[in-house]
Amino acid sequence: MDTASRRPSEERARRRRSQRDLSSATRRPAGIRPKRPRLIPASARSFGALAAAGFRRHSTYRQATVAATFTNSVFGFLRCYVLLAAVAGTGVGVAAGYDAPRVATYCWASQGLIGVIFLWGWTDLADRIRSGDVVADLLRPVHPVTAYLAADIGRAGHAALTRFIVPIAVGAIFFDLYVPARPHTYPLFVVSVALAVVVSFGFRYVVNSAAYWLLDVRGVNMLWAFATTVFAGLAFPLHFLPSWLVWPIWIATPFPSILQAPLDVLVERSPPAQLVGIVAGQAAWAVVMLGLGRYVQRRAEAKLVIQGG
Amino acid sequence: MAAQVRGHAAYRASFAFDLAGNALIPAIDLIAVVAMFQVTRVLGGFTAAEVLVMFGLSSSAFALGDLAVGNIERIRVYVRTGLLDAILVRPLSALGQLLAVDFTIRRVTRFLTGLTVLVLALAAASVDWNPARAAIIVVAVGSGAAFFGAVFVATATVSFWWIDSGEFANGFTYGGRDFTSYPVTVYSGLFRRVFAYGLGFAFVAYYPALGVFGRPDPLGLPGWMAWCTPVVAFLAAAVASVAWRYGIRHYRSTGS
Repeated sequence: MDTASRRPSEERARRRRSQRDLSSATRRPAGIRPKRPRLIPASARSFGALAAAGFRRHSTYRQATVAATFTNSVFGFLRCYVLLAAVAGTGVGVAAGYDAPRVATYCWASQGLIGVIFLWGWTDLADRIRSGDVVADLLRPVHPVTAYLAADIGRAGHAALTRFIVPIAVGAIFFDLYVPARPHTYPLFVVSVALAVVVSFGFRYVVNSAAYWLLDVRGVNMLWAFATTVFAGLAFPLHFLPSWLVWPIWIATPFPSILQAPLDVLVERSPPAQLVGIVAGQAAWAVVMLGLGRYVQRRAEAKLVIQGG
Repeated sequence: MAAQVRGHAAYRASFAFDLAGNALIPAIDLIAVVAMFQVTRVLGGFTAAEVLVMFGLSSSAFALGDLAVGNIERIRVYVRTGLLDAILVRPLSALGQLLAVDFTIRRVTRFLTGLTVLVLALAAASVDWNPARAAIIVVAVGSGAAFFGAVFVATATVSFWWIDSGEFANGFTYGGRDFTSYPVTVYSGLFRRVFAYGLGFAFVAYYPALGVFGRPDPLGLPGWMAWCTPVVAFLAAAVASVAWRYGIRHYRSTGS
């Protein structure tokens, strides 16, 4: 057909139709799910956006933050006095490589880090699994492990500004705390805490994912709480135990990487090379735990598909 | 059929995890005490066996108090959801209704574990027994339980004014139990004066233990302090009941 013979309105309508056809060719057919997303999202911005959302969400829990900080402070006093008594009882003023100021910093920093690293009580994923809301998370274009990790990092950032600062301040007012002398300790401590958050998140993710298989994860959560309190160095510094017990726990389990490692970095218990090695070990465990989270997620999705979910 | 078996297995697995978790969580405090003694022979001037006697006294008294009165913690939920009004409408005492004794297996096992630690520690501490010292133990556990019960009730009344006060109360109940598990000589300053003497926590385990060992108090108080636990428990109960009545009246007056 000769274009000159067509009327202008017909010409415009034809051009519009061909543009519509072009876009429908690139639209995916309805009913097919997108390909499985990679663990690292294509855009760091989406990760940042999820982290910021996590930060904002936790900044609304003001009363819970105040109450938790009060509890941390009370238990900080109790544990600090007992640890100081243990150091004094040795007769030489040093217990397992910690002198009195170091053990005081250890204690107050551990109370402060409970909120940041979030040692127990995280059941968001398990609750969503039980209620079925997790399906919405599985349909999103970001891998669920990554999405939850981003939200957790946002939460940790908020806690670092609130739940960490208060116990440290209380401890500094009432006790003689050890201030790190080496300048590189501070950035190393921040890195160590960040890695500890990731390792802790990975383990919490796996523990929560047990809800896919078990009726209720209360028991699993209690075991997790026990293991982190005892083996991560919260109830007592891990080095109080005899060394043949300490190193297997450190190398074969992720627990010391969760709390003991950043605390040892902070109080400068060992020469710098050893502390960097400890942080490297944390990084290794972070990779392992995230990988384990991904593996559990794949198994869980396979199970859901078989059940027709 | 296979699905049914899987279903049963999941139920058994969560039950097993629950059992393990409930057994291990109370063990944490005991493990902490033992860990302290891996690096030192004395804590606050007392040996491992002596500290474990105090730990056992504190643990048994707390568990017994929790058994009798622990259900009062439900009041936080009742205030928040408004169920407390249903309880207040009934012609029975509100406190009486809330204090239903709860013999859950978990609470009974915690009491028995505390008693076991106490008995074993007393054996290890090589005490010179006489009827008076045996009586001190019985009186201490019984009135210590009453004392902790009063602490439970008093901290629960805070929820009449401040609804989400659960964590705040835990600092005094569980914090108080941890305080009494160690000799008072471990603590110092204002903290010791407030918790040990102001709130009376030193009389739950420390003074009875001194009486049983026949040791003079390093802090200078006389030996008959070992018998004062019932007095302290009575005072605590008086404070708790005043707080309770005041709290109920305040709750009623706010038009609930």
